[in-house]
Amino acid sequence: MSNRETDQHSGVETTGHEWDGIKELDNPLPRWWLYVFYGSIVVAVVYWVLMPAWPGVHGYTKGLLGQSDRAEVGRQLAALQAQRGAEAAKLKSVSLEEIERDPQLQAYALAAGQSIFGDNCATCHGVGGAGSKGYPNLRDDVWLWGGSLEDIRHTIEVGVRSDNPHARFSQMPAFGRDQMLQPAQIADLTEYVLVLSHRPADRAAVARAAPVFAEQCAACHGPQGLGDRTKGAPNLTDAEWLYGSAREDINGQIANGRGGVMPTWSSRFTPETIKALAVYIHANAAGQ
Amino acid sequence: MTVVIDRKAASESSRHPESAAARLRTRSAAGGLYKPRAPIYPKLVSGRWRTTKWLLLIVTLGIYYITPWIRWERPGALPDQAVLVDFAGRRFYFFFIQLWPQEVHFITGLLVIAALALFLATALFGRLWCGYACPQTVWTDLYIHVERLFEGDRNARMKLDAAPWSFDKAWRKIGKHAVWLGVAFGTGGAWIFYFHDAPTLIRTFWIGQAPATAYVFCALLTATTYVFAGTMREQVCTYMCPWPRIQGAMLDQHSLQVTYRRDRGEPRGAHKKGASWDGRGDCVDCQQCVTACPMGIDIRDGSQLECINCALCIDACDEIMLRVGRPAGLIAFDTDAAVTAREAKQAPVYKLARGRTVYYAASLAAVSGLMLWGLTHRSLIDLHVLRDRNPTFVTLHDGAIRNGYTLKIANRTFEPRPMEIRFAGPAGVQLKTPGEPTATQVLKVDIPPNEVRAVRVFVTAPRSSVKAANMPARFDVRAGEARTQVATTFLSGAANP
Repeated sequence: MSNRETDQHSGVETTGHEWDGIKELDNPLPRWWLYVFYGSIVVAVVYWVLMPAWPGVHGYTKGLLGQSDRAEVGRQLAALQAQRGAEAAKLKSVSLEEIERDPQLQAYALAAGQSIFGDNCATCHGVGGAGSKGYPNLRDDVWLWGGSLEDIRHTIEVGVRSDNPHARFSQMPAFGRDQMLQPAQIADLTEYVLVLSHRPADRAAVARAAPVFAEQCAACHGPQGLGDRTKGAPNLTDAEWLYGSAREDINGQIANGRGGVMPTWSSRFTPETIKALAVYIHANAAGQ
Repeated sequence: MTVVIDRKAASESSRHPESAAARLRTRSAAGGLYKPRAPIYPKLVSGRWRTTKWLLLIVTLGIYYITPWIRWERPGALPDQAVLVDFAGRRFYFFFIQLWPQEVHFITGLLVIAALALFLATALFGRLWCGYACPQTVWTDLYIHVERLFEGDRNARMKLDAAPWSFDKAWRKIGKHAVWLGVAFGTGGAWIFYFHDAPTLIRTFWIGQAPATAYVFCALLTATTYVFAGTMREQVCTYMCPWPRIQGAMLDQHSLQVTYRRDRGEPRGAHKKGASWDGRGDCVDCQQCVTACPMGIDIRDGSQLECINCALCIDACDEIMLRVGRPAGLIAFDTDAAVTAREAKQAPVYKLARGRTVYYAASLAAVSGLMLWGLTHRSLIDLHVLRDRNPTFVTLHDGAIRNGYTLKIANRTFEPRPMEIRFAGPAGVQLKTPGEPTATQVLKVDIPPNEVRAVRVFVTAPRSSVKAANMPARFDVRAGEARTQVATTFLSGAANP
């Protein structure tokens, strides 16, 4: 048991607790401290009465003030919605170009667009919109279906190869899988495409492939391989490759003719939302 | 509770250790395990230090009440209040200085300066802050003055408290508390003027249209002033305030403090008029120093945790010394070292320049210099550059590389400023911001007065000028004479030409 004694210097009794020769004096607490303790108990009881406090079997005590964090969140969300309503209404009436020119509307559209993009588009195009193999990069200046504000808005609205009747639609044939061309011909065509994008290739193969390109590919990609926006046919002469730029990537694309699907968003978003999204994507893209 | 730091205190022999049983008995008599506050009835003294305290009370309270009402002309719709902490507008105004939230380090610097000044003053002259300038001391002094007006001085107050309730006692008590509450409300009321335009707030406050925070803080400060200065007083210093505990680290035996010169005073005892002073001390044990003390201690016990260095005991003692015909200064601002030296019949040595005072003064000078330099070299354009992290770069159709940046440009002046943004890094870069139709080498943006704008800037470098995956670069923003530069990098992945 503890050894209580009286301290020589202060004349105060110790608690008997000792740490390395330091003893604790048993000074009484000030009385007001006790009152603060009683006050805290009173506050706690008042709190139980006023605020939600005790859990029960079928719920909890609600308190007289009717305070509810859930209802409060609901109110705040409604207020936010109302505030957004006013800004969104402005988006409805003005053109895309006007939104981009007006600093205030632009700031709103960019903020709204970024949030919508993150929730809906980032899954395929990436959070930053840089895309990946098979998913177009929305940050650069290469646009299969056009990179103007209106083009972007329209693409979001109808989608690509989606179930929307007005969808952007193109289909590259699977020359290899459907046996439209022999593997040797596809290999030659691959060399031809490499030359189009200014890279070293087998000259003999290129010469063999020229008539095949003119016959099979030029209809969509153009005689010089510059592509065609109206058909969604990519430019084969630039540095941008949706399905990869390596020899085997190009070979595989000619053989299998892949094409991705982008959903139509007109059924999910209001026109104002699509406008905001288009402004956001256009603002962060290069050119057009 | 009296904790004696000085173990050589003269009165040590007068204390007798109590037995545990005796202690328990006194406790039960005093109300059990908890100690009630022993009321203190400080007696009014007059003298040099009391006058100093009155003057400082008037000056500090004057500054506190008048400051928010000083006007200072500022352009446009900006507030015309000289000192204003504008939370809604996110600005701090102090006469010709206007600080943004990003510049809160100036406030930090000011607090560091205040702390160092406090350390230095304490090491030199003891707890001057506690005795003269601390709001707790100033308002307690004011409250005791009000108490004295209603209930009289020490003896009258003690008699009144001991007396049974009567009409006379009732009106004095009620009057005192009413005035106390009025002063408390004035205190809380003045506080909120520092955060809102004072002339507007004083109108809206009374018609219930002031912000809720104004009412809350007014009520809060009214309550704390009334409780702390009215009823808790010395207990705030002794139990709540951390400073009495910290001061031990600042003080040493050469610090000038309110000190009872036991070398002169002992042995103490009552003195008959005309009797000899030989073989005895100057202290006539009149207890005047004890009755004058607002902290309820006996300064003759040596330096103590509770002592706030207010020097009222000096005034009380000097008056008695004058009356009994002995020199003044039995209690005086003196050092422990000097008292010990005189006790040993040596000449006292006073040392103002000591290790701690020198380095407190040096740090104070260093921090003040740094602050002054910071304030005078404060840029009126502020530029922060945030690199896009996703994607870090974009390759364009011709192989050119594009990097995205968000520039936060603050215009800290009161005029709109057209600013020119340039980018130094890879050769031949073009800058573009959304909304502008074409890319240019110099991007022009208008930043409205007193505002910060986020500007998206896309920098495109031709393939031929991209020499490395990571190239050092710099944004350069100019507005007339003013110019700010921020270093950044231009990324191009593994792009090796």
